[in-house]
Amino acid sequence: MRKGPTPFNIAAITAGLVFLYLPIAALVLYSFNASRLVTVWGGFSTRWYESLFANEALMGAAWVTVRVGLISATAATILGTLAAVALARGGRFGGRTLFSGLVYAPMVMPEVILGLSLLLLFVALRIDRGFWTVVIAHSTCTLAYVAVVVHARLVTFDRSLEEAAQDLGCPPIRTFLTVTLPNIAPAVAAGWMLAFTLSLDDLVVASFASGPGATTLPMRIYSQVRLGVSPEINAASTLLIAAVATAVLIYAIVGKWRRVKELRSEAGAGRRAAA
Amino acid sequence: MNAKGGKTARQRLNIGAVRSKFSPWNDPSAEPLVRFEGVVKRFDDHVAVDGVSLAIYPGEFFALLGPSGCGKTTLMRLLAGFETPDEGRITLAGQDLAGQPPHRRPVNMMFQSYALFPHLSVAQNIAFGLKQENLPKGEIEARVQQMLKLVKLEPLARRKPHQLSGGQKQRVALARSLAKQPKMLLLDEPLGALDKKLREETQFELMDIQQELNTTFLMVTHDQEEAMVLADRIAVMRDGKIAQLGRPEELYETPADRYVAEFLGDVNLFEAKVASLSHPMAGIVIPETTQPLQVWDDDAPAAGSTVWLAVRPEKLRISLDPPPKGAVNVLAGEIWDIGYTGDWTNYVVELEGGKLIRAARANASRVVERPIGWDDKVWVSFDPDAGVVLTR
Repeated sequence: MRKGPTPFNIAAITAGLVFLYLPIAALVLYSFNASRLVTVWGGFSTRWYESLFANEALMGAAWVTVRVGLISATAATILGTLAAVALARGGRFGGRTLFSGLVYAPMVMPEVILGLSLLLLFVALRIDRGFWTVVIAHSTCTLAYVAVVVHARLVTFDRSLEEAAQDLGCPPIRTFLTVTLPNIAPAVAAGWMLAFTLSLDDLVVASFASGPGATTLPMRIYSQVRLGVSPEINAASTLLIAAVATAVLIYAIVGKWRRVKELRSEAGAGRRAAA
Repeated sequence: MNAKGGKTARQRLNIGAVRSKFSPWNDPSAEPLVRFEGVVKRFDDHVAVDGVSLAIYPGEFFALLGPSGCGKTTLMRLLAGFETPDEGRITLAGQDLAGQPPHRRPVNMMFQSYALFPHLSVAQNIAFGLKQENLPKGEIEARVQQMLKLVKLEPLARRKPHQLSGGQKQRVALARSLAKQPKMLLLDEPLGALDKKLREETQFELMDIQQELNTTFLMVTHDQEEAMVLADRIAVMRDGKIAQLGRPEELYETPADRYVAEFLGDVNLFEAKVASLSHPMAGIVIPETTQPLQVWDDDAPAAGSTVWLAVRPEKLRISLDPPPKGAVNVLAGEIWDIGYTGDWTNYVVELEGGKLIRAARANASRVVERPIGWDDKVWVSFDPDAGVVLTR
């Protein structure tokens, strides 16, 4: 048996990582560039961060994005979880196949078409486009992802737990709230985070669904880039990357910590039982 | 087991070694707690429960016994309310259960997987059902303590389920299902996940608890020993139907057919013909010997019928000496194989003609004058009341 990776493996991994992360590394590096010119290194500086925080248009867009993300992720999580419960626990009700197809369709549908169809809907219903139409659009698009994550958990979830609760006198809805939900909470939280992240970086659907006064950060960045790349954008993007990376890191660490704790107490119980 | 003479005076035989005073099913005035009446349950084209009717009496420990897929679990789930019958009805204390959802039925179930709530502690698990009734806090706590004491788990009240061993989980599940003082407790393979030693201990504990609380227990199991030790009555199921219903001794000593005889314990079956019949003694002819066999059976069919003769291995006597002249029910053979289990020795004997039968001998003493070895010529015999004539 060969020990460790071959030179070919190392080369392939390096090339892959460079391909993926070189652009991001360049972006982060140039956000600390003192020069105004994107391609010329003028020494280290945090001036673009200062001017970013002074840029009300960008900060306002960021605030809109966060609010849209929070509200739409929450709505998508509630609706997606309910859809997952219907699919996993509803038995074979009429139109189940159609329903599951409709729930998952937004995942495979091109975003342009989704955005366009939502735009047409809002126009036809004479809804003024703005903050809430973006929220609705994002909830619709991210619902499917939440449903997939929660459904996967529900399928592996021991159903006799729910039966035991009902057997002990707990009505179905209370069973869901007191037994099912606490046990699938990690999946629901993961679904929420997925929906929030998707909403955060969406440009296409937001562009269609948005109206005056509801410009999201990706929209603002995109429109500014068209007028020329400002290092401020680099700074904003770096902060965004930092935020997402931190969230992912926390999620991973918490998950690992919980697993370790569980294994420890199980080993402890095993020892006590043996003793 | 003196077979010859004297016995003709007796009309019915006493079946089995256990005498029990508890037999409400023989009392016409006794009111059953649960009644299944012609219950049918289909899953697509598969008939899981096929027209089952039975009555379970208050205070009884009843077992549904059968191989996997025989419909026993479905029958229990019908009573708990997790399935609805396609035909027939189920009554509890005279009330029709149709349309009552599981959370309104006054029965509780102990699940095979235990189904303990992983996010709740032992005490919270036991209190779960009581909280649904909105009992005052003090009363819930008192009841939880009482249950913890019953299953001897007081020191573990604050543990989470994943910190418990298999046997402890089983006790928590039992305490949780008994906490609401149900009219009836349903047990789905209650000891299936425990190892042999623990299972034997728990069997007797379960019997004690049932006696102490005087609750009616309905148990589903595929383990015949578990059913025989625990239950007052057993229904042996096959393909969604009840093959036979009765006390453990009745099922074992007077099986209704070959299926029940083979499902409960070991049995030697001979294809046979009834040669003569003078009630209650039947003359039976089997191809393995020319001499007709004498079998005491009240219900043997008329002469000429094709039947099966069933004899349990422990009811066969095995000897190295030829029998005295005039002895009945003797088969000659050769030892084919021996299995020694400590308490019993199981001999496999090859009869003339090649048929293999099993004879078991209790190792009643440590010293044996003439041990039996491989290829020894032996004579196997049995008393007329040791065999059973089966028509199916």
